[in-house]
Amino acid sequence: MTTVPKLEMRHISKTFPGVRALEDISLSAYAGETLCLLGDNGAGKSTLIKTMSGVHTPSSGEILIDGEVVRFDGPHAARTAGLSTVHQYGGTVPLMSVARNFFLGAEPKKGVVPFRRFDERTANTIAVRELQAMGIRRVTDGRQLAGTLSGGERQALSIARAMHFGAQVLILDEPTSALGVKESSETLKLIMRAKDRGVAVVFITHNAQHALAVGDRFVVLIQGRVAASFTRGEKTKSELLNLMAGGEEFEDMEEEIEAMRRAKEVARHA
Amino acid sequence: MERPAASPSSDERPRRRASGDRVRTAVLRPEFGVLLAAVVLYVFFAAVAGGKGFLTQDATAGWLGSAAEIGIVALGASCLLIAGEFDLSIGSMVGAGSAVMGIGVGHYGLSIWVCVAIAALLAIAVGLTNAFLTLRTGLPSFIVTLAMMLAVVGASLGMGRLLTGTTNLTVPSDGVAHVVFGGSFGALSSTVFWWFGLGALIAWMLRRTVFGNWTYAVGGDIDAATTNGVPVARVKASLFVLSSLCATLVGVLQTVQFSSGDATRGADFVFSAVAAAVIGGVLLSGGYGTVTGIMIGGLTYGIVNIGVFYTGWSTDWTSLFLGALVLLAVLANDYFRKLALAAGKK
Repeated sequence: MTTVPKLEMRHISKTFPGVRALEDISLSAYAGETLCLLGDNGAGKSTLIKTMSGVHTPSSGEILIDGEVVRFDGPHAARTAGLSTVHQYGGTVPLMSVARNFFLGAEPKKGVVPFRRFDERTANTIAVRELQAMGIRRVTDGRQLAGTLSGGERQALSIARAMHFGAQVLILDEPTSALGVKESSETLKLIMRAKDRGVAVVFITHNAQHALAVGDRFVVLIQGRVAASFTRGEKTKSELLNLMAGGEEFEDMEEEIEAMRRAKEVARHA
Repeated sequence: MERPAASPSSDERPRRRASGDRVRTAVLRPEFGVLLAAVVLYVFFAAVAGGKGFLTQDATAGWLGSAAEIGIVALGASCLLIAGEFDLSIGSMVGAGSAVMGIGVGHYGLSIWVCVAIAALLAIAVGLTNAFLTLRTGLPSFIVTLAMMLAVVGASLGMGRLLTGTTNLTVPSDGVAHVVFGGSFGALSSTVFWWFGLGALIAWMLRRTVFGNWTYAVGGDIDAATTNGVPVARVKASLFVLSSLCATLVGVLQTVQFSSGDATRGADFVFSAVAAAVIGGVLLSGGYGTVTGIMIGGLTYGIVNIGVFYTGWSTDWTSLFLGALVLLAVLANDYFRKLALAAGKK
């Protein structure tokens, strides 16, 4: 295992006019490992991803890749540096073929200039091969429409695409939150395959169970700060859930609900 | 619909494709519905109006010519529809193309070639303006090009009246220019050849080039296209220009063919071309459409347009026919598209 993290964020803060969205965030993602970023809605997960992937520039702090300080002046720069973000719905066009989706924006070409064209045969072959390598065996023809794939398979398409184009850090933004139970487990398997191939995976989720299933390192965000940072096996699921909900606040809330229930009981008997 | 699930162990599947498979693939092609409609309508008019001349060479050339004019405008407009944008200014560009030819050739005596070049430049300018306004303001192209349509109609009439005192001028032509833009080969007008030529070119562009891939992606899911680095604005701008150019070309062709430049020409095309596109299976919401479909859509429109005339019924009924056809086509397209998307699902 390398000791230098593939991607490291040091004391990152991000301020928007009037709002401090991120405060002093430090985290590391290692090649061949999964870093889970957990947090409730509004905890600052999406601001953090956007800062990581070059959409926002941090107000202070440093981002390092392979130990070198980098500055991204846009998502394209981040992508060139090997950071690839896959969003919730996979970013595929349903009425286009699997292969055309796979190579969208980076199409293989053949022929001389006035007759230069999309090399569909090559695209089909590579797309099918890469999808099979990600364990999607049902796709045997690159001409199949992406819209005929399941949600999990579409995620696989995006992940396979990112890896084919040399992603070294794979940022998965809530990949399981729109999926059913079975498809979620497919996606979790994809995460395992991606890290087996030496990619540093950053897995953003608010599902503690999904995180614990595949994570090696965990960072819990609350109100733009790192509330906890630990490695696999250090916390149980219920500890993690309590952390995400803000610890004591979660217990307070349980008490409040209990009090409401009791008040209702009293009202009914009165 | 009941479909056999794909065998899980795909290596056991025989390489040979059963003929049933091939038939099913053909039926699942979205063009199948429109082809069926075209054939049924042709047979219908052949039966009803066959004795009244619908099957003659002249009538055939007639409906092919009508289909070609609508078809050329529809080809350009459809590519833009596939990319998710509307162009309502196409009808007015037919008139503008005709006006340029009328003023330039008929009034100032310029050569046809020079005026065709001027008309093309005008089309490019209008297309770019449509693109610029739509992309910059973020307003729907429907509204932007509606405004453009009104403006172009006004400008064509106004300029004609201002420069020549009339909006309808005689446009003489001869030689190669006449053959290319207004000639006829046997009974077929050159418009039909332009239509097939453009159809082949655009089919190649959509199916074979990277630009075609981007066109479908931009209309299919603009966010996916953007995040994957497709130059969305450039793709849309090019297609606004293509749409404008195709419409203007029809104005030029009509002018040379009928030897008259008329700025009021072509207002109907905004309906007929979009109808042909829809009949041909183009999705109004973008992301889908094929040249084969669009061309058969044009043919269908031409068959009905000319077919009703040959039946001897009042041509008032044409529109009713076409309305019903558009409605049926939209429903059929939707159905076939769902079948196609369901085909790969478990």
